[in-house]
Amino acid sequence: MEVDPGPSGDGLWGDPSKLAEPIKEVKDKYALLPAFLKVRGLVKQHVDSFNHLINMEIKKIVRAKGNERVTCDTDPNFFLRYTDIYVGKPCVEEDYIMSDITPQQCRLRDMTYAAPISVDIEYTRGKEIITKKGKNGQGAVIIGRMPLMLRSDRCVLKGKSEAELARLGECPLDPGGYFVVKGTEKVILIQEQLSKNRIIIDVDSKDQIMASVTSSTHERKSKTNIVTKHGAMFLRHNAFTDDMPIVVVLKAMGVESDQEVVQLIAPEPAYAGLLGPSLQDCKKLEIFTQQQALEYLGSKVKMGRQIFVRRTRSRVDEARDILANVVVCHVPVIHFDFQQKVTYMAFMIRRMLYATLDKSYIDDRDYYGNKRLELAGGLLSLLFEDLFKRLNADLKRQADAVLSKANRATQFDIAKCIRTDTISHGLEHAISSGNWTIKRFRMERKGVTQVLSRLSFISALGMMTRITSQFEKTRKVSGPRALQPSQWGMLCPADTPEGESCGLVKNLALMTHVTTDEEEAPLVRLAFMLGVEPATLISGAELHYRGAALVFLNGTVLGIHRRPLQFAHAFRMLRRKGCVGEFVSIYIQQECLYIAADGGRVCRPLIICDEGQPRVTEDHLQQLRSGKWGFSHFLRQGLIEYLDVNEESNSLVALYEKFCGPKTTHLEIEPFTILGVVAGLIPYPHHNQSPRNTYQCAMGKQAMGNIAFNQLNRMDTLMYLLVYPQRPLLTTKTIELIGFDQLGAGQNAMVAVMSYSGYDIEDAIIMNKCSLDRGFGRCVVLRKYGAVIKKYQNRTSDRIVAPNPPPGQARAAGRLKLLDRDGIAAVGESITPNDIYINKQSPLNTRDAVPVPSSLPDAAYKNTPQSWKGPPGESAVVDKVLLTNNDEGQLVVKVLIRHTRRPELGDKFSSRHGQKGVVGSIVPQENMPFSERGICPDLIMNPHGFPSRMTVGKMIELLGSKAGVCNGKFHYGTAFGEPSGLANTVDSISETLIQHGFSYSGKDMLTSGITGEPLQAYIFMGPVYYQKLKHMVLDKMHARARGPRVVLTRQPTEGRSRDGGLRLGEMERDCLIGYGASMLLLERLMISSDEFEVHVCTHCGLLGYYNAHLGCAVCPSTKSSEHMATMKLPYACKLLFQELQSMNIIPRLKLSEA
Amino acid sequence: MICGPDLSQHTSTVTSANIYMGLGIDNSWSQEQFEEDFSIHINSIDEHDIEFDMRHVDPSIANAVRRILISEVPTMAIEHVFFVNNTSIITEEVLAHRLGLVPIKVDPALFEDKTNECSPNERNTVVLKLKVDCKRQGEEIINEKVYSGQLQWLPEGSEMPEETTCRFARSQAGAIPGGVDLVHDNILLAKMRPGQSIELEAHCIKGVGSEHAKWSPVGTAWYRLHPELEVLQAITGLMADEIVALCPGLFVMEGSGEQRQAKVTSARGNEMQLEKVRRLLSEEEWAKYLQLRKRKEHFIFTIQSTGALAPETLFMRAVDKLADKCDTLLGRL
Repeated sequence: MEVDPGPSGDGLWGDPSKLAEPIKEVKDKYALLPAFLKVRGLVKQHVDSFNHLINMEIKKIVRAKGNERVTCDTDPNFFLRYTDIYVGKPCVEEDYIMSDITPQQCRLRDMTYAAPISVDIEYTRGKEIITKKGKNGQGAVIIGRMPLMLRSDRCVLKGKSEAELARLGECPLDPGGYFVVKGTEKVILIQEQLSKNRIIIDVDSKDQIMASVTSSTHERKSKTNIVTKHGAMFLRHNAFTDDMPIVVVLKAMGVESDQEVVQLIAPEPAYAGLLGPSLQDCKKLEIFTQQQALEYLGSKVKMGRQIFVRRTRSRVDEARDILANVVVCHVPVIHFDFQQKVTYMAFMIRRMLYATLDKSYIDDRDYYGNKRLELAGGLLSLLFEDLFKRLNADLKRQADAVLSKANRATQFDIAKCIRTDTISHGLEHAISSGNWTIKRFRMERKGVTQVLSRLSFISALGMMTRITSQFEKTRKVSGPRALQPSQWGMLCPADTPEGESCGLVKNLALMTHVTTDEEEAPLVRLAFMLGVEPATLISGAELHYRGAALVFLNGTVLGIHRRPLQFAHAFRMLRRKGCVGEFVSIYIQQECLYIAADGGRVCRPLIICDEGQPRVTEDHLQQLRSGKWGFSHFLRQGLIEYLDVNEESNSLVALYEKFCGPKTTHLEIEPFTILGVVAGLIPYPHHNQSPRNTYQCAMGKQAMGNIAFNQLNRMDTLMYLLVYPQRPLLTTKTIELIGFDQLGAGQNAMVAVMSYSGYDIEDAIIMNKCSLDRGFGRCVVLRKYGAVIKKYQNRTSDRIVAPNPPPGQARAAGRLKLLDRDGIAAVGESITPNDIYINKQSPLNTRDAVPVPSSLPDAAYKNTPQSWKGPPGESAVVDKVLLTNNDEGQLVVKVLIRHTRRPELGDKFSSRHGQKGVVGSIVPQENMPFSERGICPDLIMNPHGFPSRMTVGKMIELLGSKAGVCNGKFHYGTAFGEPSGLANTVDSISETLIQHGFSYSGKDMLTSGITGEPLQAYIFMGPVYYQKLKHMVLDKMHARARGPRVVLTRQPTEGRSRDGGLRLGEMERDCLIGYGASMLLLERLMISSDEFEVHVCTHCGLLGYYNAHLGCAVCPSTKSSEHMATMKLPYACKLLFQELQSMNIIPRLKLSEA
Repeated sequence: MICGPDLSQHTSTVTSANIYMGLGIDNSWSQEQFEEDFSIHINSIDEHDIEFDMRHVDPSIANAVRRILISEVPTMAIEHVFFVNNTSIITEEVLAHRLGLVPIKVDPALFEDKTNECSPNERNTVVLKLKVDCKRQGEEIINEKVYSGQLQWLPEGSEMPEETTCRFARSQAGAIPGGVDLVHDNILLAKMRPGQSIELEAHCIKGVGSEHAKWSPVGTAWYRLHPELEVLQAITGLMADEIVALCPGLFVMEGSGEQRQAKVTSARGNEMQLEKVRRLLSEEEWAKYLQLRKRKEHFIFTIQSTGALAPETLFMRAVDKLADKCDTLLGRL
């Protein structure tokens, strides 16, 4: 097949002479990014993978060999066949009426946003075959309910305009991609794992080369290793009791002659020599034929589960079966034709040989091309298949049981036996608990899902891009945690938590896309049409033809190609023309050519360059700006393509056009896209010390502000809102792209960098009282309380009763004063601690049958009121009351209580540069310094925060904001934005400042508000965007003089929530001992804790007791009151003595006169 | 005071009488000298703002006036808000806070301080009312935005004395000349949608800025020192060209050809250029030619009133307050 040799010959891209011209800068390349995000959204990866599941994968699962039919052991004629499967529209059945549901309804009503899964079936009832077929994209029989991902294909929100979304009670900026299960929003986190079905060359603990493959098919997962021991190679696999000599294995697969073995693996003398020991091993075992080899392997097969099963097959058969279906199981063996598997294993060995001679051939496990991301769709499909199998097993069991009986009253109808609970509950439970248990892979994962954090808009968005990896957190290895160069542009380098999961939890970058599985068959056909010679037709020697390459598709060998470069080029051309899926990647590594079309690869779009000339020109961008073109046009025209990590390492990508050389193949769209959404909020992050950006990524998620446009219609357990949120004066392009400018989380504060009063040490900040009076940092805390009006077995139920107001008054007094006539607190009332907001009563008897459950006498109820436990001394407001039915038909009462707070001493604030601090002092305005223009700072920050933190970005933010205030324009601080004009330079900012009469340096002359004299130093002053973080003193402050005690030890309780004491711990105790403060010790450890007076018998040393008849203390053994003494000791000590006595150890106290 | 490139020097004012005794200078404060030197010259004045020069006074005095203006001159502001109905999305606390910050045009001198013990009456309380319903009228929505102008004064006192405990013995209508008005009618208080309504009564009482910023009678009040630019050495030739081009207005060229010399017009009025000059001072070649100074006893004072009282009245009241404080101090000594 003839292939176009190079891009210059292609008519589309103009004449080659123009290539020598200097490269013109394409302005506003950045415009591609909004276009990209418009089509993609921020969470396309989740939505795509879920769509793939409900549209394609689910059908494949049902059509799979083991799942399609249910048969029965007792009746050979019986069968149930699934002909098709559908996932419908979200709806719910209540009182036998189907009604549509919206996500907002589900959130408020504690329901699951799910759609019915229905199937078309064909089955036998008696002698007849019955076909049931549904209509209108619906199956005939419902087998369960699938929780729906928001904004997926079946979701009601799909493709809705802003107005329509508002009508559904949804925020247009909300990205979707999560589930609503039992009223809580759940995210299935992206899971990172090592690629399946790929060969990894590694060294083992003994520094020997080994190759490993984790094979994974629908039915089976298995891990195969080839290891080196004493120069010889062995196959190591769970199915065998021992390591098997590799040549024996090859012989068992039909490669009988040693020459063939060598030819298959490595005909070159240098490598062939290394095979010597392996061949010798085989010879020593005297194995020369396939039969002998299989017998040898058969004797080493592990007897696992089948130990009690009667052996039906010979050892040879068993060994052959294992080789065909278990070892490297992803390579298909059809009718025991091992050719493909032999080639594959030979290649594994060959790569090990390479690595023995040259260590650079050892693979890097942390290289991101070797990683695959598992998304919601993939995880759910595993789970669904498992549950579907279980459903079928249940059906089979029922059929077995019923059909085995000879006489039946009615005909057995299997369609009536299908229970929807198995699948519905299985899916719902897995998503709500996060425990993924898949029996057939023996997989048990915990914490797969998390509750979507709605602390701020950014925290919700950041959660959707989060990736967790399967590595153990406790292991002390740095490799998986380190930032890998191959993560460039795919994963955010800044956004990772600190502490134990540092580097293991990652976040996607702005432009990253995660692929889904693509159909293999067309790719196979295409590859053969482009000149791939099938592996089955080639002899060993031909495999290693000079210049030829082995062609792999998704980790299995297709064959060889004699001109791989041309093949790759042709393939890419076809992809750019749209003939092959845009996410299929092709790359050449060593002497192999890999085509990857599997799911879970990370990839990102890049502009294609022809010999250094970017294909995107000004004209194209003109089309984009005019709105005629979208991002898809660029893809379809072959101007832009997606590259995955592996193909990226086959390309030469220029960062800017000025770096384009003749060998450049691609050009970056914008460098700031290497950051993720959360790091994108930071202005000038490239001027900061890198850990500061990481800190900000953690803190941005705790900042208060607006959560979503529908925040006031939500009933979340805890919501923090800012009363007057602002958009930052210094923005970035990311902020505009994700809509942070519409849902801000912070305020622009006038900051003076100076020391003031000494209450600003250790990052504390000084606040202007008048700014607080005027509304700076004011926030609203909304907390949901509620109760379910339960219905009990005996058909009684809880009730809410109206309070009984004293005669002549509208309202009851005391704790009941808030209650309305319905027994629930009235909206708008101010609530103080211990006030009752739901006056609930429960029946005393909930088990035994009651004659008339609906009208019990009042005496049959006990009060179970819900009272508010807020911070003492504070009063809040009842914001909202919601009464609704949940999907179990029970009445749910939700009460939202609102508390408006102004900042106080100790509240935590932070700028966007990882500079957090607490309020150290609140100073009246007249004491604050003021500038020559009368400007008074809102906030004073100590300059010691700068030198060690090196947050230069914050200084530039201050300058830029100040200039922005001067000329009335928002300034930009996009990461790496100065060369492309997406960030204002310090020079231009200074120019603006000078124009408006300010110092170029941003420093002003201030006058002290206390003395009235000018300050000697010029003060760096200007606006900086400050975030109020959720940690507030009111929620944390705690002190106790006296309070509750633990029953067992009589010591004070622990923890703020239980009004506990503050512990004087071991180390504090050590200090007091060292200081010799014995009375203080006695007071802290006994008198203020669990002092107890006991009676001790001075003779026997045992604890006595007080005898009320005699009116005096007596000894427990002699019962006499002589020799009794009283003393004080900790109650815990008395408890210890008694516990010791209970186990037959007698502690005796020996008293002496003090 | 000299404003250097990095630091200001001689910023403090010394009023101790004996500090320069060794040099034979007596700088003790004298009443006659003060009376002779002290001057106030008003540069501009309008309804809300005033700018004046205050000369030959100690910074502590100027600062005291400034501080009293911000925090101790009383005004009237809304302190208690009684909601009858609020179905808008803005919460009661926030709306009440916003109402509190609305400046009210009424002379606080006509009122008494309201302590916690005394009940609200016509001598210490001004009652305002807000009743707005948002409706759809044909195509347009009326009352979509609620402005401060929609607050009504109730000279007869509260309309619901039971709840508010506010009882007027007689109408305020005659007692307050000019009545009670709002400084700005166009302050946005809330936004509503059709069907929502707000009904409330707001009670204003007298207070001072130190308690809450809403009672502060000034947006801000501040002063700056009179700037002076001194030419230490004649600037001629190319340097003169440079400085005149850099700071037009501040420097003018005198003479021509080789004799050309840059002369300073006046630093006052050319404040926008001064920072450019200060930047030059950090360059060695310029440092010897120029010096930027400020007069420590010459204050350019600005008062920006919120509108409740005229700025000149505010100044007078601040000075009165200062005098009161001095009396108190003298009385206690």
